[in-house]
Amino acid sequence: MLAKRIVPCLDVRDGRVVKGKNFVGIRDVEDPKTMAKFYNDESADELVFYDITASADGRKLFADVLTSVAEEIFIPLTVGGGINTLDDFDRVLKCGADKVSVNSGAIKNPSLIADAAKKYGDQCVVLSMDVKRVGGKYVVFAKGGREDTGIDAIDWAKRGVDSGAGEIVLNSIDTDGVKGGFDLNMLSAICDVVSVPVVASGGAGKKEDFLTLFSTLPKVDAGLAAGIFHDRSLRIRDLKKYLKQNGVEIRL
Amino acid sequence: MLGVVDYGVGNLFSLSASLRYLGVPTEISADKDVLAKCDRLILPGVGAFGDAAKKLRDAGLDEVVKQVALSDRPILGVCLGMQLLFEKSYEYGEHAGLALLPGVVSPLADRKELVGKKIPQMGWNSLVKKRDCPILSEVDDGEYFYYVHSFYADGESDCCDAYSDYGIKVAGVVRNKNVYGTQFHPEKSGDAGLRLLAAFTKI
Repeated sequence: MLAKRIVPCLDVRDGRVVKGKNFVGIRDVEDPKTMAKFYNDESADELVFYDITASADGRKLFADVLTSVAEEIFIPLTVGGGINTLDDFDRVLKCGADKVSVNSGAIKNPSLIADAAKKYGDQCVVLSMDVKRVGGKYVVFAKGGREDTGIDAIDWAKRGVDSGAGEIVLNSIDTDGVKGGFDLNMLSAICDVVSVPVVASGGAGKKEDFLTLFSTLPKVDAGLAAGIFHDRSLRIRDLKKYLKQNGVEIRL
Repeated sequence: MLGVVDYGVGNLFSLSASLRYLGVPTEISADKDVLAKCDRLILPGVGAFGDAAKKLRDAGLDEVVKQVALSDRPILGVCLGMQLLFEKSYEYGEHAGLALLPGVVSPLADRKELVGKKIPQMGWNSLVKKRDCPILSEVDDGEYFYYVHSFYADGESDCCDAYSDYGIKVAGVVRNKNVYGTQFHPEKSGDAGLRLLAAFTKI
């Protein structure tokens, strides 16, 4: 059977990993390649690189970083951040990305997902959603969670998959950074309406949160986190052993 | 020299990077004469079967692959490249393959056991060995490999050396003498994938 995936996410600005400051024990804590290698050796199942650069120079640096990682790390790489056009897909796929994650770009340009899925295949297109509860409803936010789009998240997920998104990353703004566990209710609502893999993001604070996620919601395929992996308060290798011991299908 | 058949299907970045990482001299080429001289070939591929088979034929590269296979040199098809080695595929219609492996490729969606399952199969699945296979010489039974596919070859068939369980047995590694194929992506399967590729280069 398919293993549940554990996915660290690296935010990259101007070619350096942000939030890497507390990453103890290795020399260059902000070097994406060093961190990618570390996670690869910890048996991470996939790496997500998020480009949070605004400038053209930063974009170029990001491409260089991605290429150098993809040349030495042979697990799936997903890239997001600033993906607005098919040219953006092309740009990161040429640097070795396997999957491309769209967020605000798909809100601005509703045909982006369909066009990309047609050109590169469904498996290549990931719909990343930042979602928050507003007035008892799940609502999609854009621009890194700053802008309320008024779009119903359940609708948006369905539309994205119908257009050809092959995977959904659901980031709950409500639980993000709280470290009190994943947003199980929100995840469950999305899992119920889509037939593609769902990656849970936002809220992981300890290993038990991942066990609760996978045992409560068997439809969730992967758990994504950043801070707790970066500061090594949770080591991926230990997390995976723990999950395996508790009956979760996992690749050690 | 190992040749990678470049017929314009899919992204060869990871495959070429992994071979470079392993220090294997590699020629990535669309040239018939160059590929015909290689001592082994990898046939990659991502995308639709019909389109890929046509591109391979239009470039005249199907004949080179057959020629290399018939002269007892090792061939490795990866993902769609593996599927192309079979007799035919039922991916949106019926398409002829290279017929270097016996059997057919079928849609996962046609299997009633998989109703309600996610298709494509996307992720890491453990590989169960059915028998010894030269490209699995350094791979342990049960190691995980990375799959992304909606069509499959039967894991129960005679040419299947190792399979993964996705509700049905999906062929992971297939072989007919010197012709090998993997449904998963060894170039995306971490250390286990690199060991498999290294073993292929040493057959």
